[in-house]
Order: sequence, then structure tokens, then C-alpha cells
Amino acid sequence: MGASQSTESNLTASIQRHLSKIVVAPSFAASLFFVYGFILWTGYMAFSKSRMLPVWDWAGLRQYERLWQMERWHVAIENLLVFGGLFIVTCLIIGCFLAVLLDQRIRAEGALRTIFLYPMALSFIVTGTVWKWLLNPGLGLENMMHDLGWTSFTFDWLVNSDMAIYTVVIAAVWQASGFIMAMFLAALRGVDQDIIRAAYMDGASLPRIYFGIIIPSIRPVFLSAIVVLAHLAVKSFDLVIALTGGGPGYSSDLPATFMYTMAFQRNQLGVGAASAMMMLATVMAIIVPYLYSELRGGKKNG
Amino acid sequence: MADLQTYSHDAGWKNTILRGLLYLVLILFAAYYLFPLIVMVATSLKSLDEIREGSLISLPRVVTFDAWNYAWNEACIGVECTGIKIYFWNSVKMAVPAVLISTFLGAINGYALTKWRFKGANIVFALLLFGCFIPFQVVLLPMSQVLGKIGLASSTPGLVLVHVVYGLCFTTLFFRNYYVSIPDELVKAATIDGAGFFTIFWRIILPISTPIIVVSVIWQFTQIWNDFLFGASFASGANAPMTVALNNIVNTTTGVKQYNVDMAAALLTGLPTLLVYVLAGKYFVRGLTAGSVKG
Repeated sequence: MGASQSTESNLTASIQRHLSKIVVAPSFAASLFFVYGFILWTGYMAFSKSRMLPVWDWAGLRQYERLWQMERWHVAIENLLVFGGLFIVTCLIIGCFLAVLLDQRIRAEGALRTIFLYPMALSFIVTGTVWKWLLNPGLGLENMMHDLGWTSFTFDWLVNSDMAIYTVVIAAVWQASGFIMAMFLAALRGVDQDIIRAAYMDGASLPRIYFGIIIPSIRPVFLSAIVVLAHLAVKSFDLVIALTGGGPGYSSDLPATFMYTMAFQRNQLGVGAASAMMMLATVMAIIVPYLYSELRGGKKNG
Repeated sequence: MADLQTYSHDAGWKNTILRGLLYLVLILFAAYYLFPLIVMVATSLKSLDEIREGSLISLPRVVTFDAWNYAWNEACIGVECTGIKIYFWNSVKMAVPAVLISTFLGAINGYALTKWRFKGANIVFALLLFGCFIPFQVVLLPMSQVLGKIGLASSTPGLVLVHVVYGLCFTTLFFRNYYVSIPDELVKAATIDGAGFFTIFWRIILPISTPIIVVSVIWQFTQIWNDFLFGASFASGANAPMTVALNNIVNTTTGVKQYNVDMAAALLTGLPTLLVYVLAGKYFVRGLTAGSVKG
């Protein structure tokens, strides 16, 4: 009797010891299957002959070749470069500028911050819907300017295949720039006051203090902001769908919308999978070096 | 903080002008951010005739809630003219369980990974974290096949599963980083008193986790409510979430374009997350920074 009791308590103790692992196991298994497994699956699909239905026949690099031969993919890549570049730079400029302005002991700072940041709470579909209405050539901004007396004003970017991608930039900047402001503001608040005071005592002017001391000292935030924005840009999907639908034609397609169209509307599963792998590679190229430097930096600091 | 008032070598009047300019610029920017919202509200309260005659910025002469009523009860999504309300409830039925499950799993994972460290805990965490960074396009095709195989295609439970699986990395990250800063002695003292893994979790850890639970719930709710990619890929038709229905209303090509209905539907879709933002803005920002800087 005594022996069985001790085995029992041994068992309980052993379960107790492993409880931590048992608890994490389901999430870990889910991650292994739904993240790593699915990436391999998609990776394999990109090497298969899949078109309308997924098949397992090996096709080598055929799908990647087809992908890179498609005019539409090149348009999507170029659009990503244009959109990503403008989106990142504009958000950084507006975000940093607003943060510096807000950091001047502003009376209604809380209210202003709330106003600058609220677009980030909205769905990109909502943002796309609003800007589609604002920018529509008939009744939107163009009409407003005509009413105000500027009759020669035209703004047809939304339906102009050369300019449609820039409307996506406009809407995306409106949505995300306030968030970048919040990141910069938090960083500005963390700058060492003693250094600023010392520079001031030495007779440095405010712009000099900013450009010489403060902005260089918050350089890591620039890097974080760029990574966040680049990540957002590569993943941008909803906004394009709601605002331009990728059009006119496919002139404002991004890789994310391209992948969706190929996979779910054009019966080109293999090409869709290949483009998804290209997107993953792009994101990894941005994120991995960043994480590596962050983790190393973390170790250095303690 | 390096501001004009404290750090200026200039005369007083020059500073006053500069401060005036500062406020002017800030107000202009506030107007820029508010403009779309104001237009949205104004347009949704106008009749279609007034929209055609009037200007974008003019306030409605006659305030009418017809467009709101129509968007909620009658608007056509595809061939179904049931209004956006059923899709609102779809989103609620999707978001509430997904938020609760993913937050709970995140909490218990974070607790296990920090307070009951096992060999390889850091590697497990790093592997979990990776899921935060992938572009979801890379899982769409396998996911749609798996959902079909297990009979959850085009269903709300299917979307709940998807959002839990891909939200886990964020919630685990939140809770892990929060629990790291809680002293281990708290857990050790309780173990000496004979408390086990779950007793400590329920009695000691959860009661002090309120701030991070709020951050996690808000983050997950905003992400899931605003999601479009998963909704559009895995739940077409009557089970679609609200964002998909909104896009359907706005981008339908048949019939007369009802801008006021579009705007009312957009506002209805945006209201829940806006409300959360207004009520708990501080936590919202904290989640954004934690979730985005590290993910």
C-alpha cells in the first residue's frame, strides 16, 4: 500500500515537473503545423504543377519562371517599391515632425495625440472606403475645389493608371503616420535632459540641439519605424482592394493582391504559391537582420 | 523634452510668434486627420440628392438617418439584401471567442515560459515568435485546404481557429515580456507553501495581470475585427465578417452608387474599434508599440 502511494505521488510530482511543457505544447504544435508546416507546404506547391487544383507533381522552377515572365508581377514589384519608398519616407517625415512639435509643452497634447493616432484603430477597408469617396473625380475633392472657385483643378489619380498607386500612398500615410509620431514621441521623452541642458548652457540654439543631439540619439527608433513600415508595406492588401481594387486594370497591384488574385481568382495556385514565397523572402530579408541586431544589442545591454 | 520655452536664447516676442505658428501647424494637421472622419459622418447623414448638389465639406441641410438604417437593415451584399447587421454579428461571433482563447493561451504560455522555465524554453519562444512576422499570404493556400478537409471552410469557427493560431505569437509575446519583470520569488514562496502550477497561475499571477490582459484583448480585438485577408479568403457568403461585407457594398457595380450608405456602413464597421480606442487609448498605444516594434 505504501509502495503504490509513493508511485502515485511520484507520478504527480513528475506531471507537476513537466506541467510547464505540457501547457506550452499545444501552442507549440499549432505553430509548428500552421506556421512552419504551411510554409513548407506553400514552398512545395511553388515547385509543383498545381494550377486549378493542388497537385504534387514536381515541376522544378517552372512556376517561378512563369511568375517572373508575367508583366503583372513586374508591375506589382515596381508598385511595391514606389509605394513602400514613398510611404516609409513620408510617414517618417510627418511622424518625426509632429512628435517634435508635440514635445514643446503643448496645451492640448492629449487631445491632439488622440486625433493624430485614431486612424490606426480603423480597418484598412474603412480607410480605403473613405479615401475612395474623397478622391473620386466626380463628387470628391475635385468638385470641392471647383465649388471653392478653382475651376481648373483636376484630380483623377484614382482612375488614372499611372497615378492610382499614389492614392494608396496618400491613404496609407493618413492611417499610419500618427502611429510613427507616437513612436518618436516616446523616444523624445526618453532623451537625457542633462545633455540638452548642458548644450543649451553652451549657447546651442534649439535647431542645433535637435539636429546635433536629440535626433542622433534616437536613431534606433528610426530603424524600428522603418522596419514596422516596411513590414506594413509588404503586407498591404486590404487598402488596395478597398481603394483601387488593384486597378485601373492591374496598374495598382501589389504583390499581396497579385498573390490573392492568382490563388483565388485565376486558378494559378502554383504561381500564387511562388509569389507568396517571394513575399516571405522579402519580409525575412528585412526582419531577420533587424531581429539579429536587436537581440545582440539586448545581450550587450544586460 | 527640449522645448522652446525652456531652451530659447531669443527675445520674448519672437518666442510668442513661434508658439503661435506652432499651434497653427498642429491645428492644420489635426484638421488633416479629422477631415475624412468629418466628411464620412456628414455624407452619411445626407440624402443622395443633397450629395449630388452639395459640396464634400458642406454639412447636411437636412439630417437624415435613412442611410444608416438602410446600411444596417437593407443594403445588398451580393444577392442577399439583409443589411450589414448579420455581418456585424458574424464579426462579433468571430472576434469574441478568438480574442478570449488567444489571450488565455498567451497568458498561460507566458507564465510557463518565464516562471517554470524548462530546457529549451527560449528556443520554443523564439520559434513561436516567428509567426508574428510572416506575411499571411504564405499560409493562405494550405489553410484553405485544411479548413476544407476538417469541415470548417466558410464558417465562423474556421475563422476563430485561424485568428487564434496566428494571434498566439502576439499574445504569448505580450504576456512573456510582462511576466519576465515579475520577481520569481513570488512563485518560489508559493511553491514552498505547497501551491502547484495552476494554483499559482489562478491565485497569484492572473490577479496581477490586469494591465497586460487589457493590452492583449485590445490588440487582438482590433486585429481580428479589422482583418480582411482571412475573412475574404476563408469565409465568403453569409458567414463573411463585417469588413468583407463592407467591401462588397462599396465595390458593387450594380445599381445607383449610394455614397451615403457606403459611408454609414464604413462608420458602422469602424465604430467598435474606434470606441475601444477612445475608451482605452493608452492601452491601445502600448499594444501597438509592443506588438509592432517587436513584431
